[in-house]
Amino acid sequence: MATAAPASAVGTRPLVKVEDLQKRFPVSAGLFERSHSFVHAVDGVSFELARGESFGLVGESGCGKTTTGRLLVRLAEPSDGRVLFDDAAGTPTDITHLAGASLKAFRRRAQMIFQDPYESLNPRRTIFDTVAEPLKVQNACGPHECLERVSRMLEMVGLTPAAAYLFRYPHELSGGQRQRAAIARALVIEPIFVVADEPTSMLDVSIRTGVMQLMQSLADRLGISYLYITHDLAVARYMCSRIAVMYLGKIVEMGETESVLQQPKHPYTQALLSAVPIPDPTVTREPVRIAGGVSRPVDPPPRCRFYDRCPIADDFCRDNDHPPLEEKASGQLAACYKA
Amino acid sequence: MDTNAKPTAAKRTIGVATPDPVLAVEDLTMYYATRAGDVRAVDGVSFAVQRGESVGLVGESGCGKSSIAMALLKLLPENARLIRGKILLNGADLAPLSDDEMREHRWNHIAMVFQAAMNALNPVYRVGDQIIEALDAHIRSTPEISMERVRELFDLVSLDPGFIPRYPHEYSGGMKQRAGIAMALACEPDLLIADEPTTALDVIVQDRILKELRKVQEALYMSLIYISHDMAVIAEVSHTVGVMYAGRIVEWGETVDVFHRPIHPYTQTLMSAFPSVTGPKHELGMLSGEPPNLLTPPPGCRFHPRCPYATDVCRSEEPPIVRSGSHWAACWHPLDGAAA
Ligand SMILES: Nc1ncnc2c1ncn2[C@@H]1O[C@H](COP(=O)(O)OP(=O)(O)O)[C@@H](O)[C@H]1O
Ligand SMILES: Nc1ncnc2c1ncn2[C@@H]1O[C@H](COP(=O)(O)OP(=O)(O)O)[C@@H](O)[C@H]1O
Ligand code: SF4
Ligand code: SF4
Ligand SMILES: [Mg+2]
Ligand SMILES: [Mg+2]
Repeated sequence: MATAAPASAVGTRPLVKVEDLQKRFPVSAGLFERSHSFVHAVDGVSFELARGESFGLVGESGCGKTTTGRLLVRLAEPSDGRVLFDDAAGTPTDITHLAGASLKAFRRRAQMIFQDPYESLNPRRTIFDTVAEPLKVQNACGPHECLERVSRMLEMVGLTPAAAYLFRYPHELSGGQRQRAAIARALVIEPIFVVADEPTSMLDVSIRTGVMQLMQSLADRLGISYLYITHDLAVARYMCSRIAVMYLGKIVEMGETESVLQQPKHPYTQALLSAVPIPDPTVTREPVRIAGGVSRPVDPPPRCRFYDRCPIADDFCRDNDHPPLEEKASGQLAACYKA
Repeated sequence: MDTNAKPTAAKRTIGVATPDPVLAVEDLTMYYATRAGDVRAVDGVSFAVQRGESVGLVGESGCGKSSIAMALLKLLPENARLIRGKILLNGADLAPLSDDEMREHRWNHIAMVFQAAMNALNPVYRVGDQIIEALDAHIRSTPEISMERVRELFDLVSLDPGFIPRYPHEYSGGMKQRAGIAMALACEPDLLIADEPTTALDVIVQDRILKELRKVQEALYMSLIYISHDMAVIAEVSHTVGVMYAGRIVEWGETVDVFHRPIHPYTQTLMSAFPSVTGPKHELGMLSGEPPNLLTPPPGCRFHPRCPYATDVCRSEEPPIVRSGSHWAACWHPLDGAAA
């Protein structure tokens, strides 16, 4: 299958610029008590996403990928920070607190595909109703054109002939077909930016490749940029030109996908990569050098988030703040004093 | 011991040179009765597992992997019916045994680790007490000896003995899964069946559990059936692999042979569909369509509606078994010089 376009082939002007984004959730302290502890789910995240780019967010569960994605499409509001997004006139606009008409206008341009297609497909509504909903919310077209656009979209995602799917219910479709319908719903309004949250992780492999290819070809045809969220580094290798590795709410490494995967600089990226099983019984992996598991970042100390598990941590790491994300090789950034 | 190394070739040849099957499954057939008819989840499955051997069963969801596991343990839901076949454990057939007779074998001779999400641990009892209970049900001993055994088991799966008196909710996902393995190993079974034990876990935790499993499997010279949808995980844990499609085993052989010289077209596509983080970026394989509904599986070869090599004979007649040494597949048009 075709692989992600190299970073050099995409436009240079960012479509999305994320600046020091933060999201803290209160840790419940009892029904009537005010919470004094917070989960730092997203903790000072900054990156840029170019037009036409597919930018990957990777990391283990709980590192803050979904929360970041939801903040980028204004499904949640950050505790701090900005998300600058080009509006229809091409002016960078902070979308983090949009409401009313301007939020509605933003929804035309930015959509989200969820991991579980059931989240976006109402079991009691037909595929037509579900896919047409964004068009109706936006008053984008009359009933005739609406039917036409939904049909065209269903054909585009491979649900052909569309007439055979329009009036079926989600439970009458297979997992792969449901995810295709969910993709159709997100794309029918022709957004230019889509957050895709683990869109293929519930699909079997023989079906997964087809959906991955579909997402790439739609991006090319419709000029969509993706924030592609996945816990699977091998999938990111095929879907993303650049990736950011998250750990406890922070980006710890970022760069072109192939460089990060073949020459990881951050000790966490190195550990994560060495833990990925390889589908070849004659290849032996490097031993994984870290202990323990991921915890929840509740009121984390200011030092490096990876300190407790880092195999090369020293006293300097213990006594200083979390390291800045700095360039360690051409175009490759890592947040580590010793990388 | 380098626990990161994959199962060695030496082990594999020992298994082949001196066959000593712990388990021999012959023509196992199990259907689920539903209002719409019989779901033919396991249909004429035969294979053997040698002592000390690790067998991987791989296939996509719904192909019948868990049904085989449950049938071997005879932990079947109400609507399941064993239609025919033998389950020879150390030579004795489990198929005709009653529930009571089966209880004797479960845990003692054949034990199971479930998917992490549906853990066998009871949330209201301390983990240590649950393992002691499993032990006491099968082995007469004193409380001191039982406790000593729990400590050994915790050590075997690298769990902190400080957690013996704690409750399951105090364990992380990975620790719970290791406690599940410790419990399954309590009575030193001859055969351990692990059904997607790491599927709900992150890769670093998965890596550690695979290592523990491999370590105890080799240390106890136990047989293992490891079930997964993930070819990469299967490549890491198994000497021998069986590939399933629509209720049947379609290919069987030593893991290296099956991965490097697949005979069956389904195996070939399945493997090429798995991306890898290392090595050259190969074109990812894919299949059209979806696996068949097991209420009405297609005639002839069940893979024919999706197979790029299908011909008329595939559509009407059951494919023959073709072999290349101990490696076999069920196919009319095998890929790699295997002969009927
Ligand atoms: N609505 C919420 N309330 C409280 N905590 C939350 C909420 N959503 C996410 N979290 C916490 O924030 C952290 C990041 O979660 P998430 O963004 O879902 O991570 P990922 O998608 O990488 O698995 C986790 O510790 C999670 O428990
Ligand atoms: N209790 C049941 N009643 C009816 N059908 C079932 C039952 N359990 C499983 N099945 C069906 O049997 C087939 C095999 O399922 P399963 O053994 O769980 O597959 P796998 O573990 O490979 O995903 C599937 O078609 C599934 O829907
Ligand atoms: S800054 Fe120190 S503790 Fe953090 S990852 Fe680098 S070496 Fe490890
Ligand atoms: S028997 Fe025919 S349809 Fe079945 S796998 Fe072989 S070539 Fe394909
Ligand atoms: Mg998530
Ligand atoms: Mg299963």
